[in-house]
Amino acid sequence: MRNPQLNAQGELTHLLTLEGLPAPIIRNILDTATPFVGIAEREVKKVPLLRGKAVFNLFFENSTRTRTTFEIAAKRLSADVINLNIGASSTTKGETLLDTVDNLVAMDADIFVVRHAQSGAPHLIAAHLNAHGRSHVHVVNAGDGRHSHPTQGLLDLYTIRHYKKEFHNLTVAIVGDVLHSRVARSLIHGLTTLGTPEVRVIGPKTLLPNKVEALGVRVFHDMREGLKGCDVVVMLRLQSERMKGALLPSAGEYFKHYGLTPDKLALAKPDVIVMHPGPMNRGVEIDSAVADGDRAVILPQVTFGIAVRMAVMSIIAGN
Amino acid sequence: MSDPTEIPDAEATLAALAERMRAAVAFDAAFVGIYSGGAWIADRLATMIPGEHPVGYIDVSFYRDDYARSGLKGGAKRSELPFDVEGATIVLVDDVLYTGRSVRAAVNELFDYGRPARVELAVLVDRGGRELPVEATYCGSRLAVARGLSIVLAKDGERLRFGVESA
Repeated sequence: MRNPQLNAQGELTHLLTLEGLPAPIIRNILDTATPFVGIAEREVKKVPLLRGKAVFNLFFENSTRTRTTFEIAAKRLSADVINLNIGASSTTKGETLLDTVDNLVAMDADIFVVRHAQSGAPHLIAAHLNAHGRSHVHVVNAGDGRHSHPTQGLLDLYTIRHYKKEFHNLTVAIVGDVLHSRVARSLIHGLTTLGTPEVRVIGPKTLLPNKVEALGVRVFHDMREGLKGCDVVVMLRLQSERMKGALLPSAGEYFKHYGLTPDKLALAKPDVIVMHPGPMNRGVEIDSAVADGDRAVILPQVTFGIAVRMAVMSIIAGN
Repeated sequence: MSDPTEIPDAEATLAALAERMRAAVAFDAAFVGIYSGGAWIADRLATMIPGEHPVGYIDVSFYRDDYARSGLKGGAKRSELPFDVEGATIVLVDDVLYTGRSVRAAVNELFDYGRPARVELAVLVDRGGRELPVEATYCGSRLAVARGLSIVLAKDGERLRFGVESA
């Protein structure tokens, strides 16, 4: 079966996951994001590419930050943006996901940005549109369940390339709750596709997926061991709800073993960069001295994220 | 003229263009080249024409009028205008003037940086075939080229050279 993200010419028409996405397509998105970073530094932070197009932010799960960055990206492309907090409306009245989508297509939607707690929901919408002759309508996955968060993965890749130029000589560590993290999954796929020789995951056994090695990563349970010689450290957010189960003893205990402190970071290369997808829990997964320190590139990640989302939307809407 | 052998020498055409601009162009005009050919020419003109000429580069990918038809082609570059566009005198520089659509896109983009005092247009070659009311202020050479062909500027080291391709 054809990759549902690509059209018959092999061009990107939906962005659903970085898994199985060819390296030239990923590189083209990163290359296209570079001039969009420049747009943000201008007096008029807008280009006319998506003038007259309607972007629907379909958020079945709350995420103010992701929704806002997509909204800014779409507005800088001159699109009209409609924000729908679906959790609070039709589905509670019993409407199915695909009926909701069909109704919005009837309102002339051009792009759906979809966030859903259920893994695979954006795929379902894209397959439905393709099957019903509506391939001119495009879908961007803004995070589905534990599965994927491709634009976050892309902005992480963009940030790494911005500071490190190449991937083929890097050691990248991803630290923390990999088990529940769609960010980690997307980033691992992207890094391996672009030829990163060493990707490490660091965390307690209870927060790493079974057989995570199958993704092509090295596993460390001792953070000090895992950070040695790293060029890039990506910290993951520890979701507080994980504390309530039996997965972890306490936030303080977690910080002691897996919190990024200046003395642990000193084991990485001197020019290491520290990333975090946000929102951060200071004192849980990251020490304030690191979060505010000169190795952190956490705020540039946010800025690059807007440019990357502009690149994704303008590429898919043109294919 | 569709015979490639009659395509003029690019270096001689550049010299003719610079000669025409030398007498007329403002002392402090900024030269803004449209990627990629226009960017090379803007660099060269800045060394050939006396005055204080800041050089900038513009990529019109995000302002093209054929996006809806053909999408975003790869290889968009970042526009660089390292001077204040507000109130500036700007000479847009391109290699070949044909339909006028790239110039329209470039003028639109310029105005998103500020309101220039004056915008002029310098082109190496005007090949006719305009689809918009756009004319060059300075032109190196005029040619008639058959519709199916395009003139492409290439670079051999530092030397500019014209080639002909079927469009």
